[in-house]
Amino acid sequence: MNRPIRLVGLVMSLMVFALLANLTYFVVGREPALAADPANQRAVQADFDRQRGQILAASTVIAETAPAAAGGAFSRQRVYPNGPLYAPVTGYYSYVYGSRGLEHSFDKELAGTAADQWWQRLADTLAGRTPVGATVQTTIDPVLQQLAAEKLGDAKGAVVVLDPSTGAVRALVSSPSYDPNKLASHDFAAVEAAWSDLLADPGKPLSNRAARETYPPGSTAKLVVAAAALAAGYSPDSLIDTPATVQLPNSSSVLPNASACGNSQQTLANALRLSCNTSFALLGNQLGAEALRNQAEKFGFNRTHLDAIGDAASVYLARPDDKGDITPVEPDQAQLMMSSIGQWEIAASPLQMALVAAAIANDGVLMEPYLVSEIRAPNLNVLYSHEPQPSQAMEPADAQALQEMMLGVVASGTGTRAQLAGTAVGGKTGTAEWQPGQPPYAWFTAYAHDPDVVVAVFIESAGGEASDTAAGQLTGPIVRDLIAATR
Amino acid sequence: MAVDAIPAPGCRPRRNTELVLILVAQTVGLSAYLLTHLFRDNALPPAWLPVAAVWYGLGVATSLVVRWRAPYADPVLLPTVFALLGLGLSELHRLSLGLTELNLQFHYIAAVLGLVCFAAVVIILRDPRRLQVYPYFLSLVSFVLLLLPLVPGLGVEVNGSRIWINLFGFSLQPAEIAKLVLAASFAAYLTEQRDLLAQGGRKFLGVHLTRVRDIGPILLMWAVSLVIMVYEKDLGTSMLFFGLFTVMLYVATNQFRWLVCAAGLAVAGGLAAWRLFPHVRRRFVYWLDPFSVPDDATQILSAQYGLASGGLLGTGWGLGRPGLTPFSFNDMISTSLGEEIGIVGLMGIIVLYALLAFRGLACALRARDGFTKLFATGLSFGFLLQVFAIVGGATRLLPLTGLTSPFLSQGGSSLVANWLLVALLVVISHEVRRPHPTAKTDLAEEETMVMSARRLRQVAVGPVGPLLAVAPGQTPQPADREGPDGEDVPTAPIFPAADPPSRPPERQTATPAGQPPGQSSAPAYEQPFNQPVEQPPLTPSGQPLAPSGEPLPTPPADLPSAPLAGQPSTRLTGQPIAQPTDQPPGLPSDRTADPASPEAAR
Repeated sequence: MNRPIRLVGLVMSLMVFALLANLTYFVVGREPALAADPANQRAVQADFDRQRGQILAASTVIAETAPAAAGGAFSRQRVYPNGPLYAPVTGYYSYVYGSRGLEHSFDKELAGTAADQWWQRLADTLAGRTPVGATVQTTIDPVLQQLAAEKLGDAKGAVVVLDPSTGAVRALVSSPSYDPNKLASHDFAAVEAAWSDLLADPGKPLSNRAARETYPPGSTAKLVVAAAALAAGYSPDSLIDTPATVQLPNSSSVLPNASACGNSQQTLANALRLSCNTSFALLGNQLGAEALRNQAEKFGFNRTHLDAIGDAASVYLARPDDKGDITPVEPDQAQLMMSSIGQWEIAASPLQMALVAAAIANDGVLMEPYLVSEIRAPNLNVLYSHEPQPSQAMEPADAQALQEMMLGVVASGTGTRAQLAGTAVGGKTGTAEWQPGQPPYAWFTAYAHDPDVVVAVFIESAGGEASDTAAGQLTGPIVRDLIAATR
Repeated sequence: MAVDAIPAPGCRPRRNTELVLILVAQTVGLSAYLLTHLFRDNALPPAWLPVAAVWYGLGVATSLVVRWRAPYADPVLLPTVFALLGLGLSELHRLSLGLTELNLQFHYIAAVLGLVCFAAVVIILRDPRRLQVYPYFLSLVSFVLLLLPLVPGLGVEVNGSRIWINLFGFSLQPAEIAKLVLAASFAAYLTEQRDLLAQGGRKFLGVHLTRVRDIGPILLMWAVSLVIMVYEKDLGTSMLFFGLFTVMLYVATNQFRWLVCAAGLAVAGGLAAWRLFPHVRRRFVYWLDPFSVPDDATQILSAQYGLASGGLLGTGWGLGRPGLTPFSFNDMISTSLGEEIGIVGLMGIIVLYALLAFRGLACALRARDGFTKLFATGLSFGFLLQVFAIVGGATRLLPLTGLTSPFLSQGGSSLVANWLLVALLVVISHEVRRPHPTAKTDLAEEETMVMSARRLRQVAVGPVGPLLAVAPGQTPQPADREGPDGEDVPTAPIFPAADPPSRPPERQTATPAGQPPGQSSAPAYEQPFNQPVEQPPLTPSGQPLAPSGEPLPTPPADLPSAPLAGQPSTRLTGQPIAQPTDQPPGLPSDRTADPASPEAAR
């Protein structure tokens, strides 16, 4: 009977061989495609569960990866100390809803999977260490960020603080904000609930008002017209027609002044100081759309600046087409006049208005803004370091003239509430009526040379009357306090 | 002549080797448990010391039971089982950390219960051949067990398969036990019937009638398999039983026609099932092209992703995500392990399974009686077939069938049944390896042969002469053992007076040491099957042995004594040559070999 038993043994051997051969084939033939399959939950989860690097503001940790509670599907948990304050910068890192902000744009570096981190990965693997992602060092100053958020309080709005000489973003606050910790949670039901709460919130906390939303900039846009006028040969003392009202061409609408500008002429400096609508409407009409758009684009309109948080491009006599490309719009005279006072085919983010002030304050040189100064591998190798990117927005002399004009606004114009003893502050207020019957937007964009700083404040629901003076009263103290804090 | 199949009388017990191997194997499982917690929590589990104590305690206890009741058992069986069990328990524990629905309380109880059952079988069942006595009763039991889930009110349908019964609040899978009972009943039945099955059609005139009778059992098994597949929707069990029966039938008869016949029936049944049942068709689609139905084939796809994420070396204990796969603790435990200990680890597990099965098959080769051979073959093949089906299914070598992975899968019935299987293998291996007082010629070479009268004469005359030439007291040389294969050596009583009365004492103590003289008398079931003649136990020299072990008084030495051994023809006087020819051809009296044959002395 042993012969058939031996044959059975042979069959059993073949069965074992088939199992082992199949597994061998699996490693060679199937595994690569399976590992790269986007439907592979495990790859997605493994990516999610990496030891991501920290995000730092100065030496303050604003995002880090901590061990997760035992028993969950993941071993690590992304944590945002003081989450709502830094949410406009860090964004969130959610299994359910993906990522946003720096978490999104520096995902590979934070996760340690960027191409220039392969050597580190290999070394970690060979040494049996847990691969750790790189640290992202932001330019945010925790003190200014905290102060700006405090000053904004419950108001819907945003604050951007820039260093005009470098372009470093020192504060980027949007209010109201959200807690990214709730979106990074591993309790997916809770994440989904938090997400729908955020979407349903009338305050739109997920909106990044500082850089990802654009609004009519109101009178702050007069800086662009003034710069274009200086470039066209005007001087601060040039007299500009300033009637009490202007009948818009081919239109039944009449544009009045909102402040005491008289009914004759004003110097350019005075028109800016008092924020005279009619002066700038007529001036803009004179300069023409082309000149205005050119000057605006030199200030950074019609393009994006902070890819790190995916900012929205501010537009000036242009609008995004179906594909998102920004294409120029040719206005008629009435539209051009309204645009000159920041009300029609023009929309800017607080970041953009800060850039305008920064270019003026930096003697006409626009430093590209940046949020990430350095990316460091765990072994402190620098993987990325910001290079300054200057561009000429104005002639230096014109810029200095405009600085003087802006000083006048704060000294004795619409922005007197931003005065700071011992420091010369220059700025421009703005009010934009975006919908009849709704509270107007209030703007203030200001600079100081000692210390070198630019502050842009935007408040979405300014109470009270729709005048630049009112806007200055609302936003001026915030500007003042922030400049004071940088001293 | 398969020399390796003959047990050497000096087969060592090797119980100490076994104990060391068990402890090593247990350490593998314990390490897996500790590593899981170290990797996940950076700390040892709080209760690891008691767990380790109980775990090693069980191993030592098992070893002691075997030492006591089956000292000659194969020393590799239990360590292999403990290695598999340790890996399985660790992986299940690890899965339960992430899966709240996985409650392992009953599994742990079943693990201990399985050990108790193992001990009980090893203690009670001293000889596997006791199971040979009731072939039809065992068949009945196994069929009842198989079909129990179909009883309304008792059977429970879980996840589309009706293979469970609910008893006193416990879910049991009777098919797991049925597997063992069925192997025993097949072995018993086939041992009884194999000659009929092998020779049917040739032996009788009524060819047609015989064939129906022959084919009856295989048709019955086929029908039962189909019932399982159709009504219990259990493709795996159905395939397992039919395959088990077919292979045992083939081994019993050594005739390929049964394999061909069974393959035909299986193909017919499979095709019919393919046409009639969408769930069978789905299995094939999930196997061949799961990516075409990613929303339905989630289980197999997730298992594949898991294996891929583990890669060659695995993610490490507790660091993978096997819990994403549906039934990661049951059907897919092999890929769950593969994810965490890698393809290499999974291959190791397959090799462990193969080791267990092939040690079982080795018992079959060494066994001295047909029943044990068949039973051991059936147990080993059935075990490996199950492993092949479920591991192959989980790794996309085959369509997935819902079988359990022995010792790994969560499920008490499976665990207890597999412990029983190991108990049977231990008992068989002890029986096979222990030194026997009466050496047997090798059943291995026993062909189902038709022996002509001429051949019988040759056999009677040819090889025996030289054997007898061995002088009393002289150790027979292996070279003496000529003759065609030796399996047809005539029974001892042919030469009742080969020895003179004054036999040297050492020939009497040819029973191996450690075997009390009283036990040297072989029990009745050691007689060849189908041979009703009970013969008195023999001394090593062929003398009938009194119960005390003393040689019976020798008959009058009217035959020539040793010096005349060179003339065998003169010695045939009065020998009961008719005895072998009484039996049907093909039933050589293999079990009644002359103990004085060289095997006994070797």
